[in-house]
Amino acid sequence: MNLRLLLIIFFCLPTLASAGSKIIATGGATTVEGNAGGGIVPWAVINGYASSDEWSVTTFAGRVGVNDFSLNSAGIALSLDNTWELSYARQRFALESIGGSLSQDIFSVKYHLAGELLYTAMPQISLGIQHKRNLDFALPQAVGARSANGTDFYLAASKLLFNQVAGRNLLLNGTLRASKANQTGLLGFGSSNDNSYQLLFEGSAAVLLNYNLALGIEYKQKPDNLAFAAEQHWRDIFIAWFINKNVSVTGAYVDLGNIAGQGSQTGYYLALEATW
Amino acid sequence: MVKRSGLIGACLALLLGCSTATGPVLYQRLGAEEGINAIVDGLLFEIEHDERIVHHFADSDIGRFRAMLTEQLCDLTGGPCQYSGSTMQQSHTGFNITLADYDALVEGLIKVMQRQQISITDQNALLALLAPMYKDISYR
Ligand code: HEM
Repeated sequence: MNLRLLLIIFFCLPTLASAGSKIIATGGATTVEGNAGGGIVPWAVINGYASSDEWSVTTFAGRVGVNDFSLNSAGIALSLDNTWELSYARQRFALESIGGSLSQDIFSVKYHLAGELLYTAMPQISLGIQHKRNLDFALPQAVGARSANGTDFYLAASKLLFNQVAGRNLLLNGTLRASKANQTGLLGFGSSNDNSYQLLFEGSAAVLLNYNLALGIEYKQKPDNLAFAAEQHWRDIFIAWFINKNVSVTGAYVDLGNIAGQGSQTGYYLALEATW
Repeated sequence: MVKRSGLIGACLALLLGCSTATGPVLYQRLGAEEGINAIVDGLLFEIEHDERIVHHFADSDIGRFRAMLTEQLCDLTGGPCQYSGSTMQQSHTGFNITLADYDALVEGLIKVMQRQQISITDQNALLALLAPMYKDISYR
């Protein structure tokens, strides 16, 4: 997608159609993998503002910039009935200091099983599947990855608690993921001596300062399959600004640990999202 | 001895004072009778102008709805009222109120509270009381 096309999408299309009935911010932001969530953790919420018997479309583009790497991602999601979220995202990971890049496609489906984020005592619970296809497998293979494609499964629970922190609402999320991915799939899946799924925990907590601003933290546990370099957990502190139901902006300070032997990778995340 | 018990008494009074001094109840913070009336009238206006949900009220006695909702909000928020209407299950049965309907009404309520410049804390306190009624109201 070129920049002009993106700008047209972001600023023109939302005005053509009204968003759905869900309360602002309850569709979350979009993760770098294209799912409704924070920046790196998928939540149980369905993207966009489609409530029951409604549909909505969300697009996003984001960039992570850390010491030796950058990750550009962009994607689109269709949400139906506040129940289904179908999404596609393309990621391009550039090895700024080493040279070269790695890309992957991510096709996801999320199904809202039970609970309503705002209205039920039970958290909202969703099941998700991400099918990832690495498009530059030569390098991952060279460093020991077993396969270019992989599928992650996750179960997420999200709950908004009213009036918790200085009168503000608190959003809590916990996600359990089964994965074989190395660096979320950018370095392929599994290794020559380990091709089993690992169960990983991801979590986030955010305070809604008002209806439009969320301030939060995220944590994402990661496997460590490849012998050539240690893989570490990811963390971030984010602020999401839901300008209206059509446009939101997310910024974060991220800590991705060591990547491919390059020491502590910290930096920024910036994403723009449009919904209609 | 007298002096000491007096001191203990004073401390106790202070402690009790502190533990009960959580400020005025929500009813007062929302502006008591006048404030609740304004919220209910604002909400009626929002419903009337919301094509997503206004049809549910086509055959309703709006006067009664207004009186009952006012009484209920007064009661819920700690005001000097006793809700005398039907239960939430009874009054919403047969309307098949959906999640989208509920979202629409909550969004209308938020608009009203924003317009009346109710603090975010008090808005959240009221929403905390109303959100859980979803299970009694929806899909009946
Ligand atoms: C926020 C939660 C809600 C509360 C606290 C609430 C409260 C009430 C109250 C107190 C009454 C009057 C009961 C009586 O006459 O004894 C009522 C009636 C009614 N409510 Fe709700 N309500 C809520 C949500 C909704 C929603 C989401 C809808 C649909 C969009 C709705 C539609 C109606 C209708 C149509 C009536 C009139 C029923 C009749 O004509 O008899 N309510 N509600």
